[in-house]
Amino acid sequence: MAQNDILVYALHYEGEFNKNSLGAVSEGARVAGELGGECHVLVLGGDDLSDDLAGSLGAHGAAKVLRVKGPEGLAQPVVDGMAQVMDAGGHRYALFGGGLLGFEIGAGLAARLNAGVTMEVTAVRVEGGELLAERPILGDSSISTSRYRERGIVIGRLNAFELRAVGGGAAAIEDVDVEFSPWSTQATMVTRGEQRGADVNIEDADILIAGGRGLGKAEGFEALEELAGALGGAVAATRAVVDAGWYPYAAQIGQTGKTVAPKLYLAAGISGAIQHKVGMQSSENIVAINKDSNAPIFEFSDLGIVGDLNKIVPKLTEAVKARKGG
Amino acid sequence: MKICVLVKEVPDAAVQKRIDPSTGRMDRGGEKNLNPYDTHAIEAAMQVREGGAVEVDEIVAVTMGPSSAVRALHKAVSLGADRSVHLSDDALAGSDVAATGYALAKTLERESPDLVLLGQQSDDGECYTIGAVVADHLKMPSLTQVIKMDVAEGKLTCERQAEYGYDTVEVALPAVISVGDAINEPRYPSLKAIMGAKKKQLDAVAIGDVGIEAGRVGEEGSRVVCGEFKSPPEKAGGTIIEDEDTNETVEKILAWLDERKLI
Repeated sequence: MAQNDILVYALHYEGEFNKNSLGAVSEGARVAGELGGECHVLVLGGDDLSDDLAGSLGAHGAAKVLRVKGPEGLAQPVVDGMAQVMDAGGHRYALFGGGLLGFEIGAGLAARLNAGVTMEVTAVRVEGGELLAERPILGDSSISTSRYRERGIVIGRLNAFELRAVGGGAAAIEDVDVEFSPWSTQATMVTRGEQRGADVNIEDADILIAGGRGLGKAEGFEALEELAGALGGAVAATRAVVDAGWYPYAAQIGQTGKTVAPKLYLAAGISGAIQHKVGMQSSENIVAINKDSNAPIFEFSDLGIVGDLNKIVPKLTEAVKARKGG
Repeated sequence: MKICVLVKEVPDAAVQKRIDPSTGRMDRGGEKNLNPYDTHAIEAAMQVREGGAVEVDEIVAVTMGPSSAVRALHKAVSLGADRSVHLSDDALAGSDVAATGYALAKTLERESPDLVLLGQQSDDGECYTIGAVVADHLKMPSLTQVIKMDVAEGKLTCERQAEYGYDTVEVALPAVISVGDAINEPRYPSLKAIMGAKKKQLDAVAIGDVGIEAGRVGEEGSRVVCGEFKSPPEKAGGTIIEDEDTNETVEKILAWLDERKLI
């Protein structure tokens, strides 16, 4: 039945699909299978959405790809496309991987379709022919389950849905003409994906020393760079300090940055907001230094030090150097 | 130009939040405050007014919530809003994101704003979505998590960080923009502004006053039902060191790292 088909949105950039989107396609295919339907994927963009690229979603379980020509990187044109496809196809559920655009599209779509919406979802399951979504709440201290009266929009948390290759062949591609709403074309992309600051590589490091607003000022990163040098690691940063221009975007962890899982993640002056946590929680060993003993980061660190990082970090650097030298 | 700022009362960050198991709703008792992100939205409105690129006739703070939410409006007015609108109705209790966005949009419709500003997320619900819901109902373009906003006649130039770096987007007015905390440093209200806040015009409206259909809000009108609360898998608590003697603390850190062969 068409209402058991699941519609997933897949974001792409420069000829590649977003990893979180591919996770959502994989998960969409899994639950569509349980519901007795198919996983359909909507993609929107220009000529770079070739048959090869769109068809490649079949490898993750997409049965059909609905290809829409339109402006990339903005939410509202995608809302128009998905609403049209869901109305025509009778899809009951839409699914998004973690990321900023998914939040915007999913919310707009919920308004358009008068549907239920759940964000930050970490797991979905099928029960009695319906899709249920689990979402951590209250700083991850509890998990609630969403059930949808009619239509449901599920927006995943970053990295919640595992990317799987199911060995399917190329997906069928259907080009869909969408008439965009007047207000959807009132926002236009001027520049996209601008990289600010140096191009640093943090993804290959076994040890990461990360800094947040608690450093107090941009110069605070100098002490972290020395510690990283002594330990043989690299330096990472939170969104707040990257937006403030203290450190390069390429070093940013979290929701709109990198996802890392080093052997050691040492967080200095980082409170541990969910948007940061989702990018580093798989690290093998997490050490946190923060002067606020109530900082959420202490709830998921293996070693927490309540104290002034300006006193601790330089002494730790010296001690590490002495150890390695001796 | 008329700017409406959506604000929200949230439990104070220092207060432990909980869900009332009997209703599945957040227990909104205890100390309250204006959502910190919303103070950035009010400041953004003030900077548009003071920037001089456009003439701002009025800044109106709008909220939906129980009677206590008046305090969030007073705070918003003390930070610079000229007047405020309080949507309050028993029929709204238990509204989900879609129903809340619809109700706020109906309230805003009556004001016909040229620009709607709000904080990118609320401290309690951790939800980044209200702006996009409101925008679709108002049939306006929308952008969330904006950290720089330049205004000119009839349009905004906005910057934000998205999945692949920083995007610069031009948005025609009227529009709905949610702002991040990097957009500005909110000012502190003057004592005079705090004292005067209660004297500024505050319109209390119920759902019938702004054309909200009762069947589309509250528990009945919500499209998602939350329940079956459970605890996440227990994670073994980490070791905590209170730094009193820093040399000793450093020794303990080194020993801990050594044990795990991280040095």
